[in-house]
Amino acid sequence: MTTDYKKQPHHEFLSASQEALGKASLQIALSRLTDTLAAGNRSAFSALPDSDLLREKARSIKDHTLASLDTYLEQLSDSVISKGGQVHWAEDAQDVRNIILDIAQKKQVQRIVKSKSMTTEEIHLNDALEHAKLEVIETDFGEYILQLAKERPSHLVAPAVHKTREEIADLLESELQIPVTPEPEAMAKLARAQLRQQFQKADMGITGVNFAVAETGTIVLVSNEGNARLTATIPRIHVAVMGIEKVIPALKDLPVFIKLLARAATGQKISVYTSLVTGPRRTEEHVGPQEFHLVIMDNGRTDILGSPMRESLFCIRCGACLNACPIYRNVGGHAYGGTYSGPIGAVLTPLYDNLEDHHHLPHASSLCGSCQAACPVKIAIPELLVRLRASLNRQKLTPFVERLIYQTWAHTMVRPGLYRLASSFAGWLMRLGASGNWLTKMPGPIKGWTQTRDFRTPPKQSFRNWWKKQKNIPF
Amino acid sequence: MITCLADVLRPNVGKATVALLEHFGATVHFPEQQTCCGQPFFNSGVEKQTQQLAKHTIEVFADGRPVVTPSGSCAAMIRAEYPHVFSSSSPWHTRATELAGRTFELAEFLVHQLGVTTVDAQYDGTITYHPACHLRALQADNAVEQLLDQIKGTHCIPLRKSDQCCGFGGSFSVRYPEISGAMVNDKVSCIEETQADTVISTDTGCLMNIEGCLHRNNSKTQTMHFAELLATGLNLI
Repeated sequence: MTTDYKKQPHHEFLSASQEALGKASLQIALSRLTDTLAAGNRSAFSALPDSDLLREKARSIKDHTLASLDTYLEQLSDSVISKGGQVHWAEDAQDVRNIILDIAQKKQVQRIVKSKSMTTEEIHLNDALEHAKLEVIETDFGEYILQLAKERPSHLVAPAVHKTREEIADLLESELQIPVTPEPEAMAKLARAQLRQQFQKADMGITGVNFAVAETGTIVLVSNEGNARLTATIPRIHVAVMGIEKVIPALKDLPVFIKLLARAATGQKISVYTSLVTGPRRTEEHVGPQEFHLVIMDNGRTDILGSPMRESLFCIRCGACLNACPIYRNVGGHAYGGTYSGPIGAVLTPLYDNLEDHHHLPHASSLCGSCQAACPVKIAIPELLVRLRASLNRQKLTPFVERLIYQTWAHTMVRPGLYRLASSFAGWLMRLGASGNWLTKMPGPIKGWTQTRDFRTPPKQSFRNWWKKQKNIPF
Repeated sequence: MITCLADVLRPNVGKATVALLEHFGATVHFPEQQTCCGQPFFNSGVEKQTQQLAKHTIEVFADGRPVVTPSGSCAAMIRAEYPHVFSSSSPWHTRATELAGRTFELAEFLVHQLGVTTVDAQYDGTITYHPACHLRALQADNAVEQLLDQIKGTHCIPLRKSDQCCGFGGSFSVRYPEISGAMVNDKVSCIEETQADTVISTDTGCLMNIEGCLHRNNSKTQTMHFAELLATGLNLI
C-alpha cells in the first residue's frame, strides 16, 4: 500500500466541492464536456446490436482472467521475454519509480516523453523523475496542458476537462509566448508543433497499458492523438507500466474490449489509434525502440482480488461513469482528492490507498445507479460503495454520534408502537416550527437541507391512522 | 406496503394506491406492524440494523400475498438487496428471497401482474415525468409511461435530463447538502423549462426533495405522485 495521496478529511472534500460548485468556469467546462460524452456513450451503445451481450462477454473475460491471474501474468511475462522485452515486477509505487529511475540511470537517459497514463499518475511518477533531474514531457494534449499549468488530471480520459478552452488558450499563450485563438484546432496545432520536436529528442518513452495480451506479449495502447504510438516507437527505450488487472488472455479477447472502450469513453466506434506493440524493434524492422520494458505493478490490487470489492478490478478506465455521474458533473474530479475520481474513483482511491483517509468518498454518491448503467463492464459501483460504507462502520470510522443515531432509529423502527409515537411527535414538532405548511429552516445536522429547499410539514393524519378510521379499527 | 415516508409525509399516496388496487380488482391488506424496509440503514452501510429491519419486514409480510408499494426505491430494496443482506446459509436468506419474488412497485404490479393495459382516465393538464432512479434497479421503467400515455386530456412534456438523479439520495442530501442542492436546482430548472403544471414521479423521497426546491423558487409547478395522478384521473380520490 502506498501513502502517496494527500490526507483529505471530510471537511476538505466539503470545502473542495463547495468551491467547485461556485466556480463558474469549471461548471461551464464540466457541462460542455460531460454532456457531450455521456450523450455519445448512450447513442453509441443504442446503435450497437447486442451491446448487452458484449458487455456480459467483457465481464466474463475479466472474471475468468482474475480467477487465474497468476497464470496469465506469468504467461504474459514469458511472452514478453520471448519477444525480446524485459519484465519488471513491482509490489508498490516506490518499486515502480525505482525500476524506471534505475533504467534511466543505466541507459544515460536525459529526456523522457510520456503518453497519458493514469497508472503513472497513481504512483506520482513525474515527481520522482523530475526530482532525479530528468526532463519529462507529457505528450497527450490534455496532459500537456496540465503539465504547463502544474495541475493533476481531473478525469480518466479527458484530463483537462476542468478547464474551458478560453482558459487553455490563455495558458498556452502565456507559457509558450505564442498567440493562439481559443479554437480547439488552432490550439492542437500549436501543441503538435511543440511536441513533434520532443519526440525526436527523447531517449525514453513511457506509456501506460490499456490491455496486455498474455498469449502474445502484446501491449495495446488506445489513443486519439497518436502520441502513444510515437511515444512507444521513436525513443530508443520504451517503458510501459501496467496494473496487474490489465492482462487479458488472448488476442481473440481484444475486439470485445476495443468495441466497448471507445464507445463508452467518447461515443466513438473505435479510437483513432489502436496500437499493438509487441517487444522491441526486430532486426528486420526500421522503426521501434531498441529496448522494451514492461513494469507489472500490484500497488494494493492483490488485496482486492480475494475481497468483496473484486469487481472493481474489472474497470477499463473509460470514464463513462464520471460523465454519467451527477455528482462528478457538479464538483469535477479534483474535489475527490485522489488520482481516480468520480464513482469508480470513490471506490478505487479508498482501496488503493486507505479507507480512513478517504472515508468521505464512499458517501459522495446518491446511489442513483447511473454509473452502473453507463459502465461497459457493468460494475455494480453503488453496491461497492455501500460495501465500503459498511467497512467504515465495521472499522468504527464513522462518528460515534452517527452510529448512535442509526441504532436509536432502528430500535424505534422495529417497534411499531414506538414508531407511531415518534412519527406523530416529529410531525407535531415540525408543524409547530413551520410557517404555513412549510419549514424554511431546519436545525442541527439537517440544516443544510433547507439551504436550497423548503420542507413540507407532515399532515396531521398519517396513512395508517386514515386506514384504521376507514376500517373502524380501534387506535 | 405504504413506506414510512408516504405514511407520514404524503398519506394521500397511500389512499390513492389503495383506491387504484381496489379499482383494478385487488383486495388490499395493510399489515399494521409495518414500519421501514431498512433502506436508509442499508445505504449507510449499517449492517446489523439493516438486518433487524429486514427481519421485521419479512415477518410482517409473511402471509405469502404479493407486496405492492408506491415506491421504486423500497421495492428495489426488498427485491434487489434483501437476499444479499443475509448470508446464503441463513434461513432468513431463503425467506428474503421468497419475499423478494413477490414484491412489486405499484405501476409494474398494475401492468405486469394485474394485466392493466388500458385505463379510462381523464386528467386535464400538462405534466412532465421524472423517472425515479430506483426504477432502473427494478428494470420495470416503462410501466409508468405505459399508463401515463393512457390518460386522456393530459399533455406530457418530455423532461430534459430526465434520467438524472434529483439529488435526494437519503443520507446523501444530509451529508452533502450543497451538492444535493445543486442537483435539485438543476432538476427543478429542467422541470421549469417544460412549463408543466405538474411534475410526476413514483417516489415520495424524490417528490419531497423536488417540491421543497420548487416551493423555495416560488414555482407554480405542483408535484404529484404517479398514484395520485392516476387515481385522480379515474375519479377515485
